Amino acid sequence: MRRFSELLEALIFSPRRTVKLAHLSGWLRTAPHPDRGWGLAGLTGDLSFAHVKAGVVRELASEVSSPELFALSYDFVGDLAETVALLWPASLEQNSTQAAEDLRLSAIITSLQDTPRASIKPLLAGYMDRLNVAERWALLKLATGGMRVGVSGRLARTALAQAFDKDIAEIEEIWPLISPPYDDLFDWLEGRAARPQADGRAVFRPMMLAHPVDEESMGEGFVPADWQVEWKWDGARIQLVSAEDGVRLFSRTGDDISASFPELITEMSWKGVLDGEVLAGTPEDVGSFNDLQQRLNRKRVTSHMQQDFPVFIRAYDILFAGDNDLRNLPLSQRRLKLEAEMTEIDAPKLDLSEHLPAADFESLQAMKEQADPRIEGIMLKKADSLYIAGRPKGCWFKLKRDPKHADLVVLYAQRGHGKRSSFYSDYTFGAWREGENGAELVPVCKAYSGFSDAELRQLDKFVRSHTINKFGPVREVEHKLVVEIAFDQLHKSKRHKSGIAMRFPRFHAIRWDKPAEEADNVAYLRSFIPDEDT
Amino acid sequence: MDWVKIDKAGLSILPAGAHIDPLVKAGIALITHGHADHARPGHSQVIATPETLAIMAARYGDDFTAIKTPLRYGEKMQLGDVQISMAPSGHILGSAQIIVEYQNTRLIAAGDYKRKSDPTCAAFEIVPCDIFITEATFGLPVFRHPDPKAEIERLLKVKSLFPERSILIGAYALGKAQRVIALLRAAGYNAPIYMHGAMQNLCTLYQKHGVELGELRPATSTSRGKPAKELEGAIIIAPPSAMNTVWARRLSDPLNVFASGWMQVRQRAKQRGVEFPLILSDHADWDDLLATIEEVNPGEVWVTHGREDALILACKERGISARALSLIGYDEAVE
Repeated sequence: MRRFSELLEALIFSPRRTVKLAHLSGWLRTAPHPDRGWGLAGLTGDLSFAHVKAGVVRELASEVSSPELFALSYDFVGDLAETVALLWPASLEQNSTQAAEDLRLSAIITSLQDTPRASIKPLLAGYMDRLNVAERWALLKLATGGMRVGVSGRLARTALAQAFDKDIAEIEEIWPLISPPYDDLFDWLEGRAARPQADGRAVFRPMMLAHPVDEESMGEGFVPADWQVEWKWDGARIQLVSAEDGVRLFSRTGDDISASFPELITEMSWKGVLDGEVLAGTPEDVGSFNDLQQRLNRKRVTSHMQQDFPVFIRAYDILFAGDNDLRNLPLSQRRLKLEAEMTEIDAPKLDLSEHLPAADFESLQAMKEQADPRIEGIMLKKADSLYIAGRPKGCWFKLKRDPKHADLVVLYAQRGHGKRSSFYSDYTFGAWREGENGAELVPVCKAYSGFSDAELRQLDKFVRSHTINKFGPVREVEHKLVVEIAFDQLHKSKRHKSGIAMRFPRFHAIRWDKPAEEADNVAYLRSFIPDEDT
Repeated sequence: MDWVKIDKAGLSILPAGAHIDPLVKAGIALITHGHADHARPGHSQVIATPETLAIMAARYGDDFTAIKTPLRYGEKMQLGDVQISMAPSGHILGSAQIIVEYQNTRLIAAGDYKRKSDPTCAAFEIVPCDIFITEATFGLPVFRHPDPKAEIERLLKVKSLFPERSILIGAYALGKAQRVIALLRAAGYNAPIYMHGAMQNLCTLYQKHGVELGELRPATSTSRGKPAKELEGAIIIAPPSAMNTVWARRLSDPLNVFASGWMQVRQRAKQRGVEFPLILSDHADWDDLLATIEEVNPGEVWVTHGREDALILACKERGISARALSLIGYDEAVE
């Protein structure tokens, strides 16, 4: 545990990616197995303990502190695991250099997995008594998931590639095939065994993603024949995999989301892998993202829900036909293959994304602004692009429609967590409407991005000096600061007091100059609701 | 208690006609220590330790007050019917607890204080009293500051991992900077240590008062504004505010260290872009606050600037009478 906690400390405070990579790959090369495998799983978020519930950390807190002192401490620190790690009394053993065998990372993890739920708390408390503060923090973070040390799964895998001199794409590809503590992975990396294979399993293949278009460089010398142009539909990007062991639907990040869409997961005779978008409605009548949201992140979906909010898949690309890996073919050939296979693919509720004609770049710009409101923009894909996992340069681009804007008034501010734990960084905004007692502000959205660090400090100062009410971590502020908020779309909503819900609201400009009375009203916002939605 | 009250200048001792660490220009000022939020210029008379008077003169010029009245640790003086004396508080050079005695009641304004070892100032002295006014800068049970020597060793270990990188330590110019240097010297670091311009006066003042700091050099820049060769692999000390400014460009690829008790909270350290948090505080941590209150064993505790709520709660949990003394204007972040 000592070495792993030292690694975490080094990672947290290394601002630079290269330094993080150096720390990680050094540790992967030298830490003993299986500790390194378990630690890696902790870092990549591939570790979970069925018997450890998030509440156990709070329960531990009550062992060492009164509820009042704990609440004050947590409010200051902003992180539950860190609060408890700091509150825990110092141990006598913590400075011993000879680490006990049962405090090895792998030993701790296996006991966390094997201990029944009722005994988890004493187990953790027993460890806490014997660890130093950094180790205590690492233990609680590991046990409850979510390390937040600035290491993504991608970065950890890049470090693996670097440590063992492999191509990152190879590591990404086999990642869904392996599980902690990754004996087979390290056997392959260290040359003791062959690369793990999919062998007919329905596993996720890392997806290819797009960059925002650089309009200046794209505008000049845009040759339409070099590009495949499609609508960017406002749904959820998915990967449909049909293999010997079944059919599965994965999200962009590789999460299995099959359970949310049972009507899309039926037995198929066709085998292969498709890239596409799940959309609300039917191919003839595409629904809004708002409708799709009713279906996302659900573990169970009733037939009632399936009826009220139907979904379908619009196919963009094909990665495998049977065992045949098509990813090294250019997009133009994959598209021909996809069109040819469409009749063979016996997936329910599937259609094909259409190609758009493009005369020049300007016409695309005009096209996206005039498009159906359920379309987010336009995708531009290089016709000769191979299917490369990640976000390769110069291959795929997204041209989003221009965001909409509204001037709104800051009503409430809440302190952030994690890196922003001492800043008021989450804001609730209001728009005007006529109430019973004259004009009033009604909350319409929350936003917590789009400002610089310097602006955050100014906002924080504004909040602290204009507070009129405190509710726990939330402060109500004087109604005097106007922010120009950009948002992608707006829908009606029954859940919100204002009757509207904004999609992706973020800061555009802080209008220190604008009086609150001149901010926009709810009627103005409602004018953005697509017709079909009203 | 009708002879002590809070007015706009802060804590007022009525029968002495004096304020302790007044926040605005006052007549007679009793000053606990030289930090700017406690020691302000412009009072008619300042009563403080000779070291604190010297620090104020160094910062504000010799005319910071009309009448300077030095009062050494252990000496006594009368102000009307009130007896005033000073005891070391262990915070920085010259820092004092102000002991006020009137009508058989002894009140101590401890100012800022700490209990951990500090080679640059006299150690905190326990003085029994009826009313103990304590700070609460680190008044939360999450603050348990580690052993300063172990922290310096940790820093030197990291330095040996990156021998070519400059180590830029952000430390408050008065007190913290000199303590860091003295701790480095005690740990056997004998190379010259480089100073930001804002540090030099105060380091010289410390040396004049007999604090050994070894060889100090100014961290000068090259004429062309490029990183200075001399500073590669060296330790440089600067005020925290200078760490991310143009000034720091004279260092190539510095490892940013921040010496502060706040560094115990990870996200605080991250927010400041710190690569190495050096947990080193000139204030008492939670355990030391409680231990001090227990040892002083006063009839009543008054808690000033910082996190009063938690410390008052903890006192009450221990059956000690405690209340908040709201003094706005002391900067909790300064340390």
